[in-house]
Amino acid sequence: MKHLLIAAGLLSATSAMAADTPELTVYSYDSFVSDWGPGPQVKAAFEAQCDCTLTIVGVEDGAALLSRVRLEGANSDADIVLGLDTNLITAAKDTGLFAAHTVSADYALPIAWEDDTFVPFDWGHFAFVQNADAEMPTSFRALADSDTTILIQDPRSSTPGLGLLMWVKAAYGDEAPAIWADLSDNIVTVTKGWSEAYGLFLEGEADMVLSYTTSPAYHLIAEEDASKSVAAFDEGHYMQVEVAGKLAATDQPELADQFLAFMVSNDFQSIIPTTNWMYPAVTPTAGLPDGFDTLHSPETSLLFSADDAAAIREEALSEWLGALTQ
Amino acid sequence: MAGRTYPINPFPGISAAALVVVLILGTLLAVALRAEVGRGFGAADWAALRFTLTQSVLSTLFSVGLAIPVARALARRRFRGRRMLIALLGAPFILPVIVAILGLLQVFGRSGWVSDLLGLVGLPPIRIYGLHGVVLAHVFFNLPLATRLILQGWQEIPAERFRLAAQLGCEGWALFRLIEIPMLRRIVPGILAVVFAICLTSFAVALTLGGGPRATTLELAIYQSFTYDFDLGRAALLSTVQLGLTALAATAALKLSRGESFGTGLDRAVRRWDTGGVLWDRIWISMATVFLVLPLTSVVMSGLVGLADLPTQVFRAAFVSIALALVSTVVLLGLALPMAATIATGRFGMVELAGILGLAASPLVIGTGLFILIRPLANPTALALPVTALVNAVMALPFALRILVPAAREIATQQGRLALSLDMAGRVFFMRIMLPRLRPQIGFAAGLAAALSMGDLGVIALFADARIATLPLQIYRLMGAYQMEAAAAGALILLVLSMGLFWILDRGGKGHAEA
Repeated sequence: MKHLLIAAGLLSATSAMAADTPELTVYSYDSFVSDWGPGPQVKAAFEAQCDCTLTIVGVEDGAALLSRVRLEGANSDADIVLGLDTNLITAAKDTGLFAAHTVSADYALPIAWEDDTFVPFDWGHFAFVQNADAEMPTSFRALADSDTTILIQDPRSSTPGLGLLMWVKAAYGDEAPAIWADLSDNIVTVTKGWSEAYGLFLEGEADMVLSYTTSPAYHLIAEEDASKSVAAFDEGHYMQVEVAGKLAATDQPELADQFLAFMVSNDFQSIIPTTNWMYPAVTPTAGLPDGFDTLHSPETSLLFSADDAAAIREEALSEWLGALTQ
Repeated sequence: MAGRTYPINPFPGISAAALVVVLILGTLLAVALRAEVGRGFGAADWAALRFTLTQSVLSTLFSVGLAIPVARALARRRFRGRRMLIALLGAPFILPVIVAILGLLQVFGRSGWVSDLLGLVGLPPIRIYGLHGVVLAHVFFNLPLATRLILQGWQEIPAERFRLAAQLGCEGWALFRLIEIPMLRRIVPGILAVVFAICLTSFAVALTLGGGPRATTLELAIYQSFTYDFDLGRAALLSTVQLGLTALAATAALKLSRGESFGTGLDRAVRRWDTGGVLWDRIWISMATVFLVLPLTSVVMSGLVGLADLPTQVFRAAFVSIALALVSTVVLLGLALPMAATIATGRFGMVELAGILGLAASPLVIGTGLFILIRPLANPTALALPVTALVNAVMALPFALRILVPAAREIATQQGRLALSLDMAGRVFFMRIMLPRLRPQIGFAAGLAAALSMGDLGVIALFADARIATLPLQIYRLMGAYQMEAAAAGALILLVLSMGLFWILDRGGKGHAEA
């Protein structure tokens, strides 16, 4: 262990020597920093204009990301946290670790965005992805009445899973438990995360999988495969808005502000569609990539405010558990 | 030195065990002390505890119960491909969970091969999701491992025993009762405890194959506490329950596993004269092979498709993983060998108990605890690889001890008195007598540890940044980026590399043994 500490000391010494260029540390979820995510391009684009080093650290997913920041508390290494969603915003604000932002932009979100702490960088609608030639249920009710099988994620371990919980609650309110009870025979299984469910879907374990309306764009653009589509639900589709915020204890406040402004600029936003496979928060000057025009865009967008989402989560979760463990 | 029955200095082993205990309990304590909220045990937790126990007990009984006849058949028979089959026994265990699940479902899923076959004769597809699915998956992971460990026990029966039995015309049931049952009584309880501990901490497998929230395990509740609730007190509480259950199981196992040793042999190669029951042996071996090979075949087949245009990052990650596996293996041997020697004296049951705890400790708790402990001293991200190597070593320790301890015990009993009468000191005995004789077991343990470390996602996900990624992490990242084909190819590479490492290390230990 001693050697490890010495090695670590050497490492931090070498990074201290390069301290002439300021370093901005961004915590994000793992698929953002991965070689196939937006991370590498974002780093290059920001470093080209900031005269600084941008370090993006990956932490499993949005929820784990917030836990990490809470674990580190006021002396966190992070300057920016990027990748929380509306379900986590209230818990994040309650920590008191985040500072207000000064960013304004012409957002392309289906809803008005007014939050003094968090800046949105992309968004999407949850949807059930299926093979384009399959029969498409047009609502949760129709789905529950049909023989269509679905794969979903667990709201206790996955952000899309939690999104689905909110979706049903937003669409059906007090009837949500009954909907879940009716859906229970459609559910093939519940997985820990998105990757498991999507992998099982591609192996043919179910007719539909909970994902995003943008998922078919991946297959279309990256694989030239038009066989996937989403089921449009009459109730409307619940939204996920992904946001970033500046930590109050940052030692690089100006650089952090600069990053948040960069985040809603064209350079950042044009990277998002084909790396994160979500809609950019601000439409890039060149528009959306070809293929996005084929996607289903729901007429009704459902979204609880951050405070409402935090308030009903516990209840919705126990309704879900109750209905599916009968 | 009067009163000492073995020329073994117990202190290195006790120190190693103490280090393991400090790591496991220290990290748990670090998490508990950092707690802010702390919610007690709710109704949902009791349900999770009940399900966790039910699935663990069933999975353990099926895995080990079925492993006994398979191991016996493998011990009795020699056939072409036997070595290959035995090497493959290590494979299911080292696959990343998600890859193994996909492999299993390709065979047993709703649109899997078995369902397709059933469809040909007009039968409905099998329903894999449920408690039986969880048990099936756990048997897939653990039956091969248990088989391999039990087979080792068979190989450690001195050849003279079988020779004598053959001369006396002792066959079939009598041979089983006189020679094989006593061996099983000594080693099976420990294996039961290890498999139980593995199944106890299952999360993604149990949830996915269990078909929904009815299949909620304690580990899921721990994960939820850490990430969504940030209730560290609850995470620590749940983790304590898990550790307590494993400690109970391990204590019971250690109590049960007392038994007479076989006495001395001349280390000859084992030959079997009892050749009856060929048909049953063949049936057991064939069934186990089919059950093992089909899902692996599916993993290989899915992997081949994307192999051609695999991103270079996967290869870089493979190097990181190999380096990590080797470091982890060295750390493991540094812990396991002194511990095995100390346990062999039969006087330090706590050391053996410490060795099993590694499996019951939730990687999330260890990882988070280490994070809390390291952070005031150094940047945890910079230490991601060493920390992962250490944690992987501790996780592999229970297996290594199951492999090393029976043989070390034999050596201590058989050679100890002679060494003492020659006034041989502990260190000399350990280096000159014990280590050389443990060579096959060391090879096997090292191979298993390296393979486990290769496949384990472990704590790296808690620490890693973009620059370092292990192969399992990179496979998950590919999946997260919709690239399922590339991920499958990465899994194939992982499988081949892990098996290769296992094979090399295991072979390296084999002077004379046949497995």
